[in-house]
Amino acid sequence: MKTLVIADHDNGILKPETSKTINAALKLGFAVDVLIAGENVAPMSEAVASIAGVNGVLVADNSAYAHQLAENIADLVLSLAPDYSHLVASATTTGKNFMPRVAALLDVAQISEIIDVVDADTFKRPIYAGNAIATVKSLDSKKVITVRASSFDLQDEQTPAESRVVDSVFSSELSAFVSVEQTESERPELTAAQVVISGGRGMQNGENFSLLNGIADKLGAAIGASRAAVDAGFVPNDMQVGQTGKIVAPNLYIAVGISGAIQHLAGMKDSKVIVAINKDPDAPIFQVADYGLVADLFDVLPELEQAL
Amino acid sequence: MKVLVPIKRVIDYNVKARVKADNSGVDLTNVKMALNPFCEIAIEEAIRLKEAGTATEVIAVTIGAKASQEQLRTALALGADKAIHIETDEKLESLHVAKLLAKIVEQEVPELVILGKQSIDSDNNQTGQMLAALTGRGQGTFASKVDVANGTINVTREVDGGLQTVALKLPAVVTTDLRLNEPRYASLPNIMKAKRKPLEVIAADSLGVDLTPRIQLVTVNEPAKRSGGIIVNDVAQLVDLLKTQAKVI
Repeated sequence: MKTLVIADHDNGILKPETSKTINAALKLGFAVDVLIAGENVAPMSEAVASIAGVNGVLVADNSAYAHQLAENIADLVLSLAPDYSHLVASATTTGKNFMPRVAALLDVAQISEIIDVVDADTFKRPIYAGNAIATVKSLDSKKVITVRASSFDLQDEQTPAESRVVDSVFSSELSAFVSVEQTESERPELTAAQVVISGGRGMQNGENFSLLNGIADKLGAAIGASRAAVDAGFVPNDMQVGQTGKIVAPNLYIAVGISGAIQHLAGMKDSKVIVAINKDPDAPIFQVADYGLVADLFDVLPELEQAL
Repeated sequence: MKVLVPIKRVIDYNVKARVKADNSGVDLTNVKMALNPFCEIAIEEAIRLKEAGTATEVIAVTIGAKASQEQLRTALALGADKAIHIETDEKLESLHVAKLLAKIVEQEVPELVILGKQSIDSDNNQTGQMLAALTGRGQGTFASKVDVANGTINVTREVDGGLQTVALKLPAVVTTDLRLNEPRYASLPNIMKAKRKPLEVIAADSLGVDLTPRIQLVTVNEPAKRSGGIIVNDVAQLVDLLKTQAKVI
């Protein structure tokens, strides 16, 4: 029994989800190898090898893997699968994209977004927007698993493990990369930040989101949004926190002008401390908040920035 | 171009799911059911492709008990041309669903399959990718824009860092994200018309797919409850409590 974790990275930067996913994978109880696939990934392979508990690193460096196209990554993982009992990836948009393809090609089920490892076959995962937690047992001989990284801790560092090169190149004709629009931000990533401040429909427009900037600067926070704010075009899609957006669990989550639909709560209710600022005292967000402030956000935000 | 739209009947998105007292699952008795929101977006996109003259026929398909025909009628009322109901009372997993859908793909040979990225009940986000793999097609998941031209479909995908656009050779599989479109409502005349549109029923076990469970549901529990919080009077008190009580800033 042996586990293969597929590392997640973006533009040459290893995502913190990888370390947390390795943490989850180690709970299975077997040796953990990590595959890093991409173009010019050598510098990152060192970082992967230095994550505590990593047994060995497999480096697949080729332009075919540059944009993490699901067709190519799935074929690569499939070629390595015979050596492993468990295949594990982060439930990021990358992992969610290629892993079910791997599972189908192996003719096994996938266990999506686990939040806990009970034993090597049994896992906990949220269903119905996190309103229920299912404990499921995989009956397949090989397990394909994605991990909700926010439910696991970062791993410490270690003396780098050995790396080996994987030469196989899978370059499917089915799909090709066209372009990417990367959202540029100096702030920490939503899924990695210790503090997140999110705005909702109550922000009224995109410009008003700048009211969150000063507070985010002072707290070193990432800025998120509810679906309503994204749908209304206030802010880009990658800021959405919720059931089908990003799942966050920071130390402090500040919800501003967010009513608290089931779908939004699903993305943030595991935060350690939740603050809600909303002028509607009946907003459902107050039911999950540790500290609620019933007030007009346009009065409160400048005051809060000053007070910090 | 023929377009196949697989859809799913799920709990209404406004309803909060309740765990059964015996922890065997979620209680769906007398709960309002609806078309999965991502499936509505998929139907809308297929119909827009037809209105634009790109698609020639839109076929909706669902897998489930007899009651899921209600959602097929909704799809027909929204503009689908015909519907296929793969009937089963079993609770199926994504892999089973993808295999059954692959049989329909074999039979109907659609150039495009467009379906929701995720159902809001099982929250798996697997079926489209599995179907693409089983039918040897390229996949464009989490689509916020699609563009069909000359045997190719360009799909703009909502990814963690922003937007990624890929070009897929047709035939292909696309899964929908929230920003792809805003679904329309069915008009009353169209709802009436939908009752006369063709709806074919196929028994799931007649399709030659092994439906043996691969996952055992051990138990279903309520998530940990958050203990009740407090309402603060003003910003000063909030900041003070965050510093001294919660110790998070």
